[in-house]
Amino acid sequence: MASTTTPIPRALETVAPLMAPGHTFESISRDITDVVLERPMPRAWFACLGIGVTLLGMLGASTAYLFWEGLGLWGINNPVGWGFAIVNLVWWIGIGHAGTLISAILLLFNQDWRTAINRSAEAMTLFAVMCAGIFPLLHVGRPWAIFFILPYPNTMALWPQFRSPLLWDVFAISTYFTVSLLFWFTGLVPDLATLRDRSKGISRYFYGIFALGWRGSAKHWFRYEAAYLLLGGMSAPLVVSVHTIVSFDFAVSVIPGWHTTIFPPYFVAGAIYSGFAMVLTILIPVRVLFNMEDFITKRHLDNMAKVMLATGLVVFYGYMTELFYAWYSGNDYERFMMANRIGGPYAWAYWCLLFCNALSPQFLWIKWVRTNTIPLFILTIIVNIGMWLERYVIVVTSLTRDFLPSSWGTYAGTIFDWMAYVGSMGLFITMMCLFIRFLPMITIFEVRIQQDQLNRNEIR
Amino acid sequence: MSSETIKMTHNATAPDPASASALLDRIDGQSGPAYWRSLNELAGAQEVDAFVHREFPSQAGELLDPVSRRNFLRVMGASMVLGGLGSSGCARQPEEKILPYVKPPEWHLPGKPTFYASAAPVPGGYGQAVLVTCYDGRPTHLAGLDSRDLLRDDVRLLTGAIGGMDARTQASILSLYDPDRLDVVLENGSISTWGRAVTALANVMMKSDAQEGEGVRILSEGVTSRTFGWQMEKLRGLYPKLQWHQWEAESRDNVREGSMLAFGEYLDVKYNLAEARTILSLDSRFLHEGPGHIAYERDFAASRDVDAHPDWMSRLYVAETAPSLVGAAADHKVTVRYPEIETLARKLAKDLGVEGVELSEAAAGSLPAKFVEALLHDLEAGQAVVIPGDDQPPVVHALAHAINIKIGALENKLIDFVESCEVEPTNQLASLKALVDDMNAGKVDCLVILGGNPVYNTPADIDFAAALGNVRTSVMLTDSVNETSWYCNWQIPAAHYLETWSDIRGYDGLFYVAQPMIRPLYNGKSAHEVLSVMLGEEKATAYDIIQASWKMYLGDSYDTQWKKGLANGFMARELLSNANPKHQHKFDTHAADEKPAGLDILFRIDPTVGDGRLANNGWMQELPKPLTNMTWDNAVYLHPETAKNLGLDHETVVEVDYKGRKVKGAVMYQFGQPKDTITVHLGYGRERCGHIGKGRGFNAYAIQTSDAMRFGTGAELRNLGEKYKLARTEEHWNIEQSLVEQGQKAEDRHLIREATFAMWTEHPDFAQHMGHHSPEQDFTLYYPGEKKYLDGEGLSWGMTIDLNKCSGCNVCVTACQSENNIPIVGKEQVINGREMQWIRVDRYYKGDFYGDPQVVHQPIPCMQCENAPCEPVCPVGATMHNAEGLNDMVYNRCVGTRYCANNCPYKVRRFNFFHFNVREGQDAPSLKMMRNPNVTVRTRGVMEKCTYCIQRVNQARQASKRYDAEREKLGQAPVGVLDGTVRTACQDACPSGAIVFGNLNDSGSAVVKQKQNPRNYSLIGDIGTRPRTTYLAKLRNPSPILEPASAAASEHTGH
Repeated sequence: MASTTTPIPRALETVAPLMAPGHTFESISRDITDVVLERPMPRAWFACLGIGVTLLGMLGASTAYLFWEGLGLWGINNPVGWGFAIVNLVWWIGIGHAGTLISAILLLFNQDWRTAINRSAEAMTLFAVMCAGIFPLLHVGRPWAIFFILPYPNTMALWPQFRSPLLWDVFAISTYFTVSLLFWFTGLVPDLATLRDRSKGISRYFYGIFALGWRGSAKHWFRYEAAYLLLGGMSAPLVVSVHTIVSFDFAVSVIPGWHTTIFPPYFVAGAIYSGFAMVLTILIPVRVLFNMEDFITKRHLDNMAKVMLATGLVVFYGYMTELFYAWYSGNDYERFMMANRIGGPYAWAYWCLLFCNALSPQFLWIKWVRTNTIPLFILTIIVNIGMWLERYVIVVTSLTRDFLPSSWGTYAGTIFDWMAYVGSMGLFITMMCLFIRFLPMITIFEVRIQQDQLNRNEIR
Repeated sequence: MSSETIKMTHNATAPDPASASALLDRIDGQSGPAYWRSLNELAGAQEVDAFVHREFPSQAGELLDPVSRRNFLRVMGASMVLGGLGSSGCARQPEEKILPYVKPPEWHLPGKPTFYASAAPVPGGYGQAVLVTCYDGRPTHLAGLDSRDLLRDDVRLLTGAIGGMDARTQASILSLYDPDRLDVVLENGSISTWGRAVTALANVMMKSDAQEGEGVRILSEGVTSRTFGWQMEKLRGLYPKLQWHQWEAESRDNVREGSMLAFGEYLDVKYNLAEARTILSLDSRFLHEGPGHIAYERDFAASRDVDAHPDWMSRLYVAETAPSLVGAAADHKVTVRYPEIETLARKLAKDLGVEGVELSEAAAGSLPAKFVEALLHDLEAGQAVVIPGDDQPPVVHALAHAINIKIGALENKLIDFVESCEVEPTNQLASLKALVDDMNAGKVDCLVILGGNPVYNTPADIDFAAALGNVRTSVMLTDSVNETSWYCNWQIPAAHYLETWSDIRGYDGLFYVAQPMIRPLYNGKSAHEVLSVMLGEEKATAYDIIQASWKMYLGDSYDTQWKKGLANGFMARELLSNANPKHQHKFDTHAADEKPAGLDILFRIDPTVGDGRLANNGWMQELPKPLTNMTWDNAVYLHPETAKNLGLDHETVVEVDYKGRKVKGAVMYQFGQPKDTITVHLGYGRERCGHIGKGRGFNAYAIQTSDAMRFGTGAELRNLGEKYKLARTEEHWNIEQSLVEQGQKAEDRHLIREATFAMWTEHPDFAQHMGHHSPEQDFTLYYPGEKKYLDGEGLSWGMTIDLNKCSGCNVCVTACQSENNIPIVGKEQVINGREMQWIRVDRYYKGDFYGDPQVVHQPIPCMQCENAPCEPVCPVGATMHNAEGLNDMVYNRCVGTRYCANNCPYKVRRFNFFHFNVREGQDAPSLKMMRNPNVTVRTRGVMEKCTYCIQRVNQARQASKRYDAEREKLGQAPVGVLDGTVRTACQDACPSGAIVFGNLNDSGSAVVKQKQNPRNYSLIGDIGTRPRTTYLAKLRNPSPILEPASAAASEHTGH
């Protein structure tokens, strides 16, 4: 990758190394591929997979019942037409932002520390977008007619309504998923070839098929790098666009609490914030379980925590801006909306979210917190809860009390809402487990390049 | 093809394939039998078989070929595939003979309604003229006819007489199709026949012949039917000792006895409120209960119609014992203890100089002095009328009558005393007691109960069920198995009023004939038929009986008058004759009332399910009750402060202990409820009832006693420490805080704009200066060219709702439910906030929440916004604007994202969270017959909302096109859709005429006139939605004595 020989910035001289010392090219390949090919999976992996599959089964069962009975199983009602499903959609999409950001933006900005984490972050992105993607399907009243939303030629000469942000969502999310998938797969090809070369038996064929005949020739590398950079370039704007468009679902409406121009940047920051939190939530246990501390070092944790701190501050700023403009607008609907968030029936959610998203990341100013796995892990969980609550506050609290007081309502998720939500985590966990089992969770060749650079003291 | 044919064909040698044309030739060339039953007979040959066999299921013939393994497998394979197809939706045609109309009935066009005039019974046995909409012989919708319009010569079409409805009558059509109705004759609980019942009853009558009918008793509800009276007269002629008793829980005994006390005879009271300047209601619910209330509601609205008479507006004073919609309509209201109403009446009577009134000064001291002062001032000013409440004791009625005579209400024709409409006005409680005493004494051999439900709806100290045990033969005509019929030997299904012939009188004495719209769905019989069996005329049908009776009354004019009467909606132009009664001025002594320890308790008839007769009516169960917006239950109403003093929360289950009798009910916080007073509603807690009403709420009759029918003292509440969810159609959060915040926000946002009459005289456009202004028409991001409906041509629909006329009676909700096939959702779903009604009536409290809060109402249908926020957000374009400015909903296109509902600022959209149309027993075949065929029945997962009754709009447009085509042939100019030809269901139902609908591009239309009214304003129009439904601001007319400050014009508010 970064094949330049720029001198090391002074700031880096004091930080933890990117990689534990003493690794050779061979040891890198072996340590990473052994997880897939040689070493038995640790018990914790089986436990995780068990939990994941159970929860996934729960998702399947609750979905079947939902399709059979109808949306009334959920807690949504007349003023509150959207509930857990949309909250979960936005939450998962947000989580799905980290992967692309790490891979694409950090790639374009030449941030070398991304190499150890980009593969798993991208995988996480894909799985998170999958989890997000099921909710629009589940939440419509007539899922069997959902294809109406696609612009397909038909005898009725009907097109979807291009003014609707929900339609933009369809394009934004499907584009994002497609590009992310391609980007991830392209990055996987050289490693798949490594796996092909190191594996025996039937798996050799499978890896071989997906390695697309990679032989590591200079031409391959040349084309690979061009393709990867191009895809990176394509992904980068998507990081901004997807959540911007998701935020349009709310910003384009007339409902106080939704009708807010600050939403696009504030949603994107929130997405990155929650995405990094989720990457950390996953990597902290994984690096221990699979002995990857050599490759995913404290330096990585530190850097990711810093990104969290920065985006967390942007989110905090967003909250304050909302508050200020609700007052400054002088508009009764806006002011009441804010007062209702702060002191209404759902005030608990607002205060919890402020605690989780605004207060708790302030601990990341402390280096000890950033580089110690246990406090950091707890913080990332808190941030993930907080980001879910943020969407809950936006979606639910705004809808419960809008213009006409006679139509105010209340909302609470039912058991089926929870089953779908927790079930989607099951999907995520299952996919992550399978990913770890069958694919190299760290980009082997990039780490080898990094080793080379370290050897040559081009980076530290 | 019959099985024989198949066999025959099977045995035949393989026939040559016959060609259709050869067969046809053969048929052509032959003069077959003139009538033929089948093609076989016609062509008379096996060829037909062969043709049908070969031709039809093209491969089926191979089945008859010798069986080979290959063929067998092939056919089996194909069958399995087809079997799968068949069970997955390719339904077979029913194997039943169907016939098209060879000669269709005259006027009958499928999908086109026919309208008939009929009459619906309302509580008390009175009738309400209705216009019944029938599709293909099925009544689907009711509209009320105003008797005064029926009598007007300039009203040619019945539709011109539509004068409003009330919710209970509107919902009676659902009771017709109720799947829980009794559908067979039951003898001691087992299925029997009408014939056997007839024999049994005839035997009883025969046996009692010797005793001249002694021991035979008839128990009915209130009766105004002339034919019923005639039959009863005949019956008494045959059996002189037979006795007729009457009982109805929604009793008007106080009204009758009040008249007896005042005049020494039973007279009816009729009010003419349209010209009244001052109206005093003494705990009356004249706008919502009792015969004539629909007309009163209309007249009351007329008396406040300042556009018709800008120089005056009526002033309504209300003294009430518990919050009611009449109190909500009041300009001045006091809430007092029940006995204080009498004190107030005495005080007024005495001060106005009525003779013979005794007044305890001690009691009078507690009356609100200012209120009395203002009231006396206005009553003396003339054109005033006092309306006593049906719940109040007779003396209050006598006092009110005396006051009305004294202040000239009788002279001014604001009130009429008229002969009673009832066949035999009776003190029903006394009549019931006499019956029960006789039953207990073993004097009753045979009891024939014609309707009602006395085991359930009599006070607890009258044990009707036990008394029934002493009756040898009990026969009950009942619409469903109920608490009473359960104990009867014979249960005979009663015909609904839309299924049989009857006659009935309206509150003003006009005779109506109830025509059957449909044959009895469950072989029901009418009371006339049962009586005629008792008369020994078993064969007579209801039609014969009604005709016989009317032949007698109409005499020679019968031939012309009968048909005309049926078509016109009323039979005889015979109004009640006015009496000029002499008031006896006998008022009992008056003693200051000491409030005993414990709580006061008020018994009220439930505003939706009535005395319990509509308990199985889903529409009535789900209709939000006035003021509380509660559905599906009754409750123990308490003032929040009283409740808190007793340590009771909203929805706490309490035991009401009254005179040693106990019931369990949930506490309902009610603002405006007097302190230390419980209100309970009668009509719930039905035990033997259909699936809708069974076990809902609690039975308040169980603690009601005959000496305190409407009011008692010394009740106690015991906290049972449980909670019970009450389903209100509003926020299910902390009820107090919610209601207070809602009321405040409604004021802050100027949702309901209101001024005093005095302020309106000075600033008729006050409503324009409240709230923020709406943006200009072209203030939109969208391409203006796409808004074709704004170009001032063609049709462009709009609606106005005059808040000054709306009284919050909720009839519009039920009318809409009936017209638009809106399902009920059940109590659980109301708690979940998923009620489906397309129009709702919002209620806000304002002012002194914990004292005497003011109540305002606002009906909310779809606003049909010109800049509808719901439209651009739908990803599939399922909700679009049409060329007439309507916001259409395309059910087939809807995928159910609910984005439109979220983005609707008025929250009028309703989502089918479940397949509501098949839940709560609504998939019963009988209920399917009730559906309006011109309105789609929605399935689960789609959004719906008010359409401005687009089916009616479409029908009117089609009619106008045909009419214009006719005119064009005659060389006349087209006239388009004339104003008034499209009336929405809510508009039809509204007795006050608050709703006006029409074409905004027709400058002469009523709706344009309303929109030009300076009181016209848009609800939250400041957000730029440009709603097509707009509101006319409300006016109050406070007395300058009570509100000197607000009577003076106040400054403009808003910006």
